[in-house]
Amino acid sequence: MILSRRTMIGGLLASMPVVAMAANAEYKIAPVAVADGVWMIHGDDAPILPTNGGAIANIAIIATPAGTVLVDSGPSLRYGRALKTVAEQVTGKPVIRVYVTHLHPDHGMGIAAFDPAIVAALPQTIGDMQRDGRGFADAMYRILGDWMRGTELLLPGRRIEQASEDFGGRTLRLLPLSGHSAADLALLDESTGTLIAGDLLFHDRAPSTPTADLAKWRQSLDALKAVPHHGAIPGHGPFDPSGGAAIAQTRDWIDWLEASLTEAVKSGLDMVEAGNIDIPPRFAGMAAARYELQRSVSHLYPGLEAALLPRVDIQDR
Amino acid sequence: MKRRIPTLILLCAGALLASAPASARAPYPDDPLASPMWQAHATTIFGDDPVRFDPRVKVAFPEIAENQRSFPVALDARGIGPVKRMVIFADLNPIPIAIDYRPKAAEPYIATRIKLDQRTPVRGAVQLADGQWLVSGGWVDAAGGGCSAPPVSRVKGDWAQHLGEMRGEAWPAPGANGGGGVSRLRITFRHPMDTGFVANIPTYNIEAMEVRSASGAVLGDMDIWASVSEDPAITLMPQARAGETLTVEGRDSNGRDYIARVPVSQQSPMPLAAAR
Ligand SMILES: [Zn+2]
Repeated sequence: MILSRRTMIGGLLASMPVVAMAANAEYKIAPVAVADGVWMIHGDDAPILPTNGGAIANIAIIATPAGTVLVDSGPSLRYGRALKTVAEQVTGKPVIRVYVTHLHPDHGMGIAAFDPAIVAALPQTIGDMQRDGRGFADAMYRILGDWMRGTELLLPGRRIEQASEDFGGRTLRLLPLSGHSAADLALLDESTGTLIAGDLLFHDRAPSTPTADLAKWRQSLDALKAVPHHGAIPGHGPFDPSGGAAIAQTRDWIDWLEASLTEAVKSGLDMVEAGNIDIPPRFAGMAAARYELQRSVSHLYPGLEAALLPRVDIQDR
Repeated sequence: MKRRIPTLILLCAGALLASAPASARAPYPDDPLASPMWQAHATTIFGDDPVRFDPRVKVAFPEIAENQRSFPVALDARGIGPVKRMVIFADLNPIPIAIDYRPKAAEPYIATRIKLDQRTPVRGAVQLADGQWLVSGGWVDAAGGGCSAPPVSRVKGDWAQHLGEMRGEAWPAPGANGGGGVSRLRITFRHPMDTGFVANIPTYNIEAMEVRSASGAVLGDMDIWASVSEDPAITLMPQARAGETLTVEGRDSNGRDYIARVPVSQQSPMPLAAAR
C-alpha cells in the first residue's frame, strides 16, 4: 500500500543505505522516570538507521488520574504497539491520549498503533502530515524495511485548538510554537514543571533543519525560556534536568549554523566545501554533528545564496 | 563552436537502454566501482583516448544525498598538470553527463549540483593536454526521483517570473597555484532545468556557458545537461585579477541567452575560504 511508489519529498531521510533487516526485530523500550509520574524513553542519538529501527526520537509518558498520556509515538506500527504495552505497564492505566509534536516520521508514524480519535496534533501539523506523509513513509520503508511492516499512514483525529488539556486534575499546557517545522507543539506538565519540547530542543545531539525556519525557531526558544519550568525533555538527546541547558545549546547551534553558512556563502564556498567546515570544539560532544551540518547545507544554502549573492544579469542589451 | 559529446539516454524507470555500441577497441581498465555502465560510458566519453583511474583527481561530495534533486559535486584536478577537459557524470542517471567543461585559462576546478535518479557512481573525468583521461569517483546512495520529479519552481508555478535571474560574485583566490591572478567565481541561474522525464514538460535546460575576460578571451566554456539541478550553481576558478570584470554568458535549449558581468572584488575571500 505505501511502498507502491517512490516519491521524493525534499529528500528528507531518503539517503540512508539500504540494508536488509532480519524480520521481526524487536524494539528495546526502556522508560526512565524523570519527574513524578513522568518517564522519558531516550531514542538513539543517531540518524535513522536499520540498526535502530528508526527509534531515534524521545518519547514522554505521563501518568494522569484519567489515564496514560504519550507525547510522540515513534517511527512505526511495531514501535507504537510496543510503546503502548510498556507505557501501560509502567503507569498501570490505559493510554487515553497521544500527542504528535510535529510532522516528522520518527515522532509520528507510531500512531498507526492507536485509535486516531485519541491522537491530537496542531491543525497545521495534521495538514503537513497529509501533504508529506506519503513521502516520509516511502523514505522510512526504504531505509528501515521490515521494521516498518504494516505501518499505515494515519492522521491525528483531534485538532489542538485549546491552551491546555486536563486529565482528571493533571493539567498539560499546550504551547503552539514553530521553527523546527511549520508547527511544533511543546507541552508543560504543570504539576511537575516538566517541559516536553519536541524537536524545538535538541540536547547533545545536533539539531536537524529539513523544515526549519531559524528566525521562528529562535522566537520559540525564547518562548520556552520564558515558561517557568524545571527539567526539559528534548526531542533528541538526554533529559536536561536544568531545563535551560538544552535551550541554550539548541540556540547556540542554530546561531552558529546560520552565521557559518552565511560566512561560507560570502566566502564563495560551494556546498561540498560548506559541508566540510570546521565544527567548533564546544560542539564536540554533540552526536551526529557533521551529518546534520551537511544536511543543513542542503536545506539552507540555496536560500542563503539567493539572499546574499548580488544580481549580476544584464537585462537590457 | 562546440563539440558536444553524444548523450546517452537511459530510461528513468531504471531500465538501462544504452545507445552506444560495444567497444571494438582496446579495453578500458576495470572499473573499481564495478558499475554496469562503465564500458558504455567510457566508449561514449573517452573513445580511443587512453584512460586510467587516478586518485589525484578529487571528486568531492557530501556523505549523504540529502536532496536527490540537488546533490553537490566538486571536481578538482589542480596540481596534476595542464587539463583540457573535465566531465562530471553519474553512471546510472537517465542523463549521465552533467557538465563537460573546458578550462582554457582557468584552474582545473569546477563545482556544481546535480540530480540523482538512483544509487549511482558519481565520477569526474579529466583529460590532460596529452589526451589521456584520469578518472575518479565513488558510489552515492540515493533514493531516487531527482530526474523524474518536477522542479520546485514548476510546482510553485513561479519559474517564468524568475527565469534568467543570475547571481554571483568573484574573489581573488589567494594561494591558488603559487598565488596571484586566479579568481574564484560563483554563479547561479534561475532555470527549471527540465529533464523531459516529467509528464507534459519537455526538456528545457541551460546547455552552454562560457566565461570571458574583459578583453573577450574565453577563460573557460562548458556544455551543460538537464541532469544539472534546477537553478544551476557553478563554481569556477578563472584567471582574473582583482578589479577585472568577468563576463558570463549562457544559452538554453530554447535559444535564450543569459549574460552577466561579475567584477572580481578587491578583497580576498573571507578567512573561512582562505583557510581551506
Ligand atoms: Zn523533527
